[in-house]
Amino acid sequence: MLKDATAIVGIGETAFAKQLAGSETKLAITAILAALDDAGIDASEVDGLASYTLETSDEVEIAKTLGAGDISFFSQVGYGGGAGPATIGHLAMAIATGQCRVGVAWRSRKRGSGQRPWASASQSPTTAAQWTRPWGLLRPVDEIGLITRRYMHEFGATRDHLANVALAVRGMANRNPRAIMYERTLSREDYMAARWISEPLCLFDNCLETDGALACVLVSADRAADCAQPPVYLHAFGQGLPSQSHTMVNYWGQDPLCGPSWTCARQLYRNSDIRAADIRVAQFYDAFTPLVLLSLEGYGFCGRGEGAAFSEDGALELTGRLPINTSGGGLSEAYVHGFNLINEGVRQMRGSSTSQVKDAEACLVTAGEGVPTSALILRK
Amino acid sequence: MSQNPLLPPITEDNDVFWQGARQGELRLQRCPDTGRLIFPPRPLSPWGEHREPEWVAVSGRGEIWSYVVPHPPLLPYFSERAPYNVVLVALEEDATVRLVGNLVAAAGGPLNEIDPATIEIGARVRVVFDPEEPEFPLPRWVRV
Repeated sequence: MLKDATAIVGIGETAFAKQLAGSETKLAITAILAALDDAGIDASEVDGLASYTLETSDEVEIAKTLGAGDISFFSQVGYGGGAGPATIGHLAMAIATGQCRVGVAWRSRKRGSGQRPWASASQSPTTAAQWTRPWGLLRPVDEIGLITRRYMHEFGATRDHLANVALAVRGMANRNPRAIMYERTLSREDYMAARWISEPLCLFDNCLETDGALACVLVSADRAADCAQPPVYLHAFGQGLPSQSHTMVNYWGQDPLCGPSWTCARQLYRNSDIRAADIRVAQFYDAFTPLVLLSLEGYGFCGRGEGAAFSEDGALELTGRLPINTSGGGLSEAYVHGFNLINEGVRQMRGSSTSQVKDAEACLVTAGEGVPTSALILRK
Repeated sequence: MSQNPLLPPITEDNDVFWQGARQGELRLQRCPDTGRLIFPPRPLSPWGEHREPEWVAVSGRGEIWSYVVPHPPLLPYFSERAPYNVVLVALEEDATVRLVGNLVAAAGGPLNEIDPATIEIGARVRVVFDPEEPEFPLPRWVRV
């Protein structure tokens, strides 16, 4: 069993900025060394590696530059923002089954200084994209915009509900000096006046474009007891790729408003003693604000179509019933394919968040809704 | 005006679809055992015993399931036309088959001709084929 068998004992990250100097590999190593230092573990002990298929710093480059010993487990997870928690989950399975002992997961990305992925997509589209892009559905924001408009139509959600997410998360960033939006407050009036990107989504429904890298160190629960930091146990892990689903353009299933979160949540809670009702803080993948409303539903905090209403009355803010994305998330701290949500989940369990939720015994961390996805429940 | 940069390569899976479009027909795959439409097309049916999909012409009627209105920054071809609409149309034969397209006033009409404020989810539409690219007559939609 995976439950509580492993623990995150180290987290590390670079600064976050629109542009950072250094290659993605150099940033990755910087974050990994910081995570190992946090854990009190030497780089030579690392024998497990996990990252994203989109990662440009591959295992060979990382292992040799880090000064790792022999690597006995290495794994990459696909689907961009769906991968984060799964990198931790794959390491946990490898450690629990004896395939490695000290696992490192990381994501390094110069998305701020690099090109927008869709802007380089002007070659012939294949796979599902050939059925969407020729008609001008180009960017992730357009793809999620279609789902959002339907969600608003079916459940009576409004732009105010999307703003609830953007404002709550910005409030968290305003307390986190590491967040890119630390000094930039956002009002509901600002939100409503923002320019459209893809109606019904405006500028503030979109995540940031960031350079940065983050890493985690995972070991067995036994080993964790000897590390420098209090262990944060991996209580439950799930992945989900629903029947007949597609990445981002998940339009051809029975109910596109019940996306991969629902599938992932079933697996997550199957082996968990902790239920949604027990969770007091969550880090939801927030490349776009509507993904948070859909995730609230998928992970069981409310019923289908109730995510918008759930967000009312400041529910997602620090004093609300479920504070989310307490470092500022992808919307306002940094967008590094959701890895900052994992590190923040660890800080919440250590009691060291700049928006600390008192008495939180567990934290949910999710990957992207709308893509084959993954999630973790961390506990003290 | 530039040329649409995002036209697909013709493949084993999509060839019949585009052949149909050139003849003004919306053709989709169907599972011969279950009779269910398959979209997007793929090498084999996910259902039934025989697995070899057949191609059928569908009515080309449906209703708007959702829509977005993209604004720049976009690729130049689309920026020139923005803001325009992109609609998702649920087909009459099977509402879980939802085709991405654009709502236009008439076949060959520009993408930005319809006032987005007038687009309604649930509106009934029928397919028209855009003659702009003879090899790829993109199916778009007009209100009925």
